[in-house]
Amino acid sequence: MENATQAHDPAQVEDAIHVEDLRVVRGGNEVLHEITLTVPRGSVTGLLGPSGCGKTTLMRAIVGVQLIAGGRVEVLGQPAGSPALRARVARDARERVGYVTQAPSVYGDLTVLENLRYFAAIVQADSERVAEVLAAVGLAGREGQLTSSLSGGQRARVSLASALLGRPELLVLDEPTVGLDPVLRAELWKMFHALADEGTTLLVSSHVMDEAAECDRLLLMRDGALLAQATPQELRDRTGEEDLGRAFLAMIEAGVA
Amino acid sequence: MSARVTAATAQRVLWQIRHDPRTVALLIVVPCFLLVLLRYVFDGREDTFQQIGAPLCGLFPFIIMFLVTSITMLRERTTGTLERLMTLPLAKLDLLAGYGIAFGLLAAAQAAAVCLVGFALLGLDAPHGAALVALLAIANALLGMALGLLVSAFARTEFQAVQFMPALVLPQLLLCGLFVARDVMAPVLEVVAWTLPLTYAYDALARATDPAALGSELWLDLLAVAAAGLAAVALGALTLRRRTA
Repeated sequence: MENATQAHDPAQVEDAIHVEDLRVVRGGNEVLHEITLTVPRGSVTGLLGPSGCGKTTLMRAIVGVQLIAGGRVEVLGQPAGSPALRARVARDARERVGYVTQAPSVYGDLTVLENLRYFAAIVQADSERVAEVLAAVGLAGREGQLTSSLSGGQRARVSLASALLGRPELLVLDEPTVGLDPVLRAELWKMFHALADEGTTLLVSSHVMDEAAECDRLLLMRDGALLAQATPQELRDRTGEEDLGRAFLAMIEAGVA
Repeated sequence: MSARVTAATAQRVLWQIRHDPRTVALLIVVPCFLLVLLRYVFDGREDTFQQIGAPLCGLFPFIIMFLVTSITMLRERTTGTLERLMTLPLAKLDLLAGYGIAFGLLAAAQAAAVCLVGFALLGLDAPHGAALVALLAIANALLGMALGLLVSAFARTEFQAVQFMPALVLPQLLLCGLFVARDVMAPVLEVVAWTLPLTYAYDALARATDPAALGSELWLDLLAVAAAGLAAVALGALTLRRRTA
């Protein structure tokens, strides 16, 4: 625990995300059960688990668009979803939180460039930054194309590029590599690590275990509960399994037993 | 609220409209075509055409903008763009005002075309000027937009959103006095009509297309339209939630 003076200065808070006893109820069912976790700053944290286990709901709670039934979610030293996390203090300041949903949330009836220019206007990014993020996601040269005419993977990258515009301190990415070819996937992971090296915190969800090895830290989820939070190596040591998929399975079996 | 974000939103909506020229053409051409049709339906009954056609010029934009807005807002909700916007430094009023400006411009183009066809080509009378009718048309378009925004929150699919048109707009059109004078309706309907915003929109248009001198009633009607529009926007803004279940 930090001392009191540090805890009052958001920039000094070491954890980017702090979740305590989070409960979410949807349609009368509790879908997240007392989740407690922390995500350190400047790291790539993987949120892994089978589809339907509550990854998206947890991410929505972290970006503050999910109604929660109980518990506490703190992001960058502020309650999740508080207006302070949306506001930009100054023109050149970094955006606080960027969120990329699983389904690309961009306008299909706009061109790639028009989509980015609109979101750039909102977060006060200039046209240089627009060109930068387009290059970063490998969409340079596609500016004039109508977004609805792109492939699913390309649309997902327009969505990702839009979230990168404001250079957010925390990037929450819901299954950003689904349906991408292996080369592109490797490139995106390289970019995620480059962003983390610059101090960005990334929370990346995936349901494929072979992406777990790419992460600095892992959050393993199943049926709305958190099974483990550990580094890939800790997980291997704890279970005695070299393969992370098998390690996950071992964790589940240990939990059931 | 920020003028920069509002302007960017209005521009974005206009970009979207520009990429759909067929819709723009339909928005402009269809009301004009219907008006021409009406002219020949009432061939030889110029009085009736004047009585219905002239106010109708100012009611088309209400009907169309209701439909366009309810579908557009539903798309913002279902494609996740609304959720993204709600995580960005954008005030709800920026979004609503941006849509208001863009659709207001579209309504102005539509009103100009319909009024041109009606008053210049088909011989309808605008004793107080066609511009007054066009201005009322834009006000009615904004009312339609506000109501469309509100009902979009209650539709989960585009099919449902389309059904709100016959469900909420046609009854208002029937009761407002356009086709049948309200005082010959069943008394209960006359009372119901007074609670519907389109009644006031129609009254204003009826006064603006009647040779009698314009009284203060026109402004009272316009005030009622504005109040209904603002109430619908306020309720609609409540349906734009930052947090959802």
